[in-house]
Amino acid sequence: MMTRRIAFTVNGKEHMLEVDVRESLLDVLRNRLALTGVKKGCSVGECGACTVLIDGEPFDTCIYLAVWADGKEIRTVEGEAKEGKLSKVQEAFLEEAAVQCGFCTPGLVMTTTALVESKKSYTKQAIKRELSGHMCRCTGYHNIIKAAEKALDDKAEQDHECCGKCHQ
Amino acid sequence: MYDIDKYEETYTVEEAIALLQANPKAVIISGGSDVLIKLHEGRMPAAELVSIHGIPELKGVTLENDGTIAIGAGTSFTNITKSPIIQQFIPVLGEAVAMVGGPQVRNIGTIGGNVCNGVTSADSAATLFAFNAKLQIQGSYGERVISIHEFYQGPGKVALAHGEILTAILVTKENYEGFSGHYIKYAMRNAMDIATLGCVAVCKFNKDQVEDFRLALGVAGPTPMRCSKTEEMAKGRLVDEKLLEEIGKTAITEVNPRTSWRASKEFRLQLVAELSKRAFMEAFRKAGGEAK
Repeated sequence: MMTRRIAFTVNGKEHMLEVDVRESLLDVLRNRLALTGVKKGCSVGECGACTVLIDGEPFDTCIYLAVWADGKEIRTVEGEAKEGKLSKVQEAFLEEAAVQCGFCTPGLVMTTTALVESKKSYTKQAIKRELSGHMCRCTGYHNIIKAAEKALDDKAEQDHECCGKCHQ
Repeated sequence: MYDIDKYEETYTVEEAIALLQANPKAVIISGGSDVLIKLHEGRMPAAELVSIHGIPELKGVTLENDGTIAIGAGTSFTNITKSPIIQQFIPVLGEAVAMVGGPQVRNIGTIGGNVCNGVTSADSAATLFAFNAKLQIQGSYGERVISIHEFYQGPGKVALAHGEILTAILVTKENYEGFSGHYIKYAMRNAMDIATLGCVAVCKFNKDQVEDFRLALGVAGPTPMRCSKTEEMAKGRLVDEKLLEEIGKTAITEVNPRTSWRASKEFRLQLVAELSKRAFMEAFRKAGGEAK
């Protein structure tokens, strides 16, 4: 077995790990760091369920060797809520009921987060294109697109105050 | 876990070439969006990999002194589309590679990998054919440059020997200056799909007259291809309805698509005729022309 020592940051925390060269980043995040919000779907880079942000950009971790993560900054859905408060993107997904079984949700939340942090504006068509690497097999994409639009709407952020209703 | 027997990470092209030469079984991995899927599907058992994933000199797009655009083979599709040089001089290439897979795949997949796989459906290939791209290849002997037309030898077969690495894709100034272009990918889905047919028109106009025309297709034959008869026929002609009809009709005489589970030969011929016309007209419109 060949291993490599890698140092990377996951959700703001530094990790030093001895990883097997055969491991995908998905394997390491799920099995070694117990970050099971990173979902294992198709394993061939088609469904987007395993998407995380690597240095701020969305990547499918199922087709990303763990050794390549050396020196990278990684964010998974587990790190998005801060001090018990959901991120703006997570709130938007809740408010728009953009979740059914939830399997595609963590990946979609991460890609939408990258869009929000890009500080660019996106038309509905552009949002669809940016989210096209994610598959939802429950109901469709209507509410997911609405949630992304809400998260990307700066005005909504200013007006937004969590009333707690949608969490009950 | 992936079925990998041996794995070497390299940080310079020389180092990668030396490791490849030392091991006849070694396979290059760059972005991984093809190799790792082959591994997952058991099509490359006990793989011995030489990774060029982290070689800095293979990444980025540069404009050389003589106006040649040099695209590092390890540049991701996303970074090609985002490159100001590509956007200014050959925007159609940025648009074509923006149709590969989905955003996550475009963040990891590289143009060098797309070309070296040698598949006819590669979204970058038809456009590179239209621009008469040259490929810069490095081996232990030094460097050689080969035309992309000679590089593709058959389905999945390219003129890259073991121990060689594609380092850059070059587009010279006379091949892009003054040209407008349009790429159309026809697939069953708008994303995460492989082209049923890919078609690009790269043209130069003098008002309503066709000065130069390159028509390149993917999935219209075993390799990406140009339609030289169609190109010659259109040169010097005025853009009108009659010319469009002839472009479609001539193009189908030059291609050799096959029937696959994606589409029948007959349907692909229909696509060749129709998309050639549409891509040409869109390139004309982008050049400031108005449809008559």
